[in-house]
Amino acid sequence: MDSPRHVGKIRELVYELKVEAVMTRKLITLAPEAPMSGLRSILKSNRISGVPVVSGQTLVGLVSVEDFINWLAQGGRDCPVGERMSREVRTLSPGEPLVHAIGKLEQYGYGRLPVVDGERLVGLVTKGDIIEGLLQEMQVNSREEEELHRYRASHFFEDMIADRLTVNFQYQVRGKTIEQGGEVASDLKRSFKRLGLHPEVVRRAAIATYEAEMNVIIYAREGTVDVSVDPETIHIIVRDQGQGIPDIQQALQPGFSTAPDWVRELGFGAGMGLPNIRSCARSLDITSEPGQGTTLRISIPLEPERVCA
Amino acid sequence: MRLSQIAKALDLEPRCGDLEAEASGGYVSDLMSDVIAHAEAGDLWLTVQIHANIVAVAAMKELSGIVLTGGREPEAETLRKAEAKKITVLASKLPAFELAGRLYQLGLRGRERHAGGI
Ligand SMILES: Nc1ncnc2c1ncn2[C@@H]1O[C@H](COP(=O)(O)OP(=O)(O)OP(=O)(O)O)[C@@H](O)[C@H]1O
Ligand SMILES: [Mg+2]
Repeated sequence: MDSPRHVGKIRELVYELKVEAVMTRKLITLAPEAPMSGLRSILKSNRISGVPVVSGQTLVGLVSVEDFINWLAQGGRDCPVGERMSREVRTLSPGEPLVHAIGKLEQYGYGRLPVVDGERLVGLVTKGDIIEGLLQEMQVNSREEEELHRYRASHFFEDMIADRLTVNFQYQVRGKTIEQGGEVASDLKRSFKRLGLHPEVVRRAAIATYEAEMNVIIYAREGTVDVSVDPETIHIIVRDQGQGIPDIQQALQPGFSTAPDWVRELGFGAGMGLPNIRSCARSLDITSEPGQGTTLRISIPLEPERVCA
Repeated sequence: MRLSQIAKALDLEPRCGDLEAEASGGYVSDLMSDVIAHAEAGDLWLTVQIHANIVAVAAMKELSGIVLTGGREPEAETLRKAEAKKITVLASKLPAFELAGRLYQLGLRGRERHAGGI
């Protein structure tokens, strides 16, 4: 299905992009003197499976869930992590191309690799970081080459699932006339196509976003759209601080609209926006305070057959 | 059916975009949410609306083109956006009812849609 040209392009990117472009710089680290007994809560509360151990800024080891389990199995008598950490740490350097990082992650079967500049720990790379980095690069890189990024999208998803990765998009709706509305929906649609989501799912997400975006412009003037995609579901949250909806059940009725005449003249105000969103989504949750604003929470499953329309 | 073929047969005047696309059906409506809910990809959309949002709707639904009926002309912003999004805009002197009838005669069909379905 993928033409060689598509494969070629992603290969280029994987060679062009450097580890430092995608690595996480905000790190959780431990000193070698830190107690082993404190490791569990650090791993748990940060939802990570290993922590680099640094002395000053120098990477001296890595302590993982596995080390923790072994320590417990051997009695769990408290000691500094420096005694239980692995000292043989595979690392990456900031200037290496992504293709090396991918190769090493595969080869060693690790979920993450520390990045060191000389001996200094400067970052950490996970599969998720690589996917996100590539996606971002592709968005910047090729507005014109729409189709390109269907490339091996399925692989992104395999990786997303493997890594429990969530991809996030954030948009502002502000200073738009009705005539200009729809830009968020159109941008999201393009990104989703690129991610290789099922066309039916893309369509549903685009429609739901469009209707919510238009309502923000018409009834609240400005707001935000936050989208996150996890391995199962697209979550779209649309918030505004506008006039609010006094009776939500009524607003959901097909045909109900408070749009003023001049808005109706432009072809809006059929009272079909919210019903359209509802039929595109698995769930639509609306909360609203008159005078305070409105929040829509829309979720759309990634498997189109799980949408009940 | 090719847009070029339709344009020629019914005197539609191109305002923007090429005539290469195939129209696989037709839809007539002036309400955005209605088009969003009921038009299908590939449809040729007949409307009296001329503002730029029709381009956003057509792009989102992947329609084959927009025909402005009743002698209406697109706003400048509409053309600008249509060019950017590669949406074909045509103009017709005929009112929507007439034009739809002739399109039907040419062999273009709408689709029977379930009310409320999307
Ligand atoms: N963000 C919002 N803030 C305040 N009121 C809203 C908001 N969204 C919807 N409403 C209210 O709910 C009503 C129904 O919204 P809905 O989108 O279903 O229809 P519409 O916008 O009136 O018409 P259409 O979407 O078909 O153009 C609106 O007329 C408005 O009164
Ligand atoms: Mg609406």
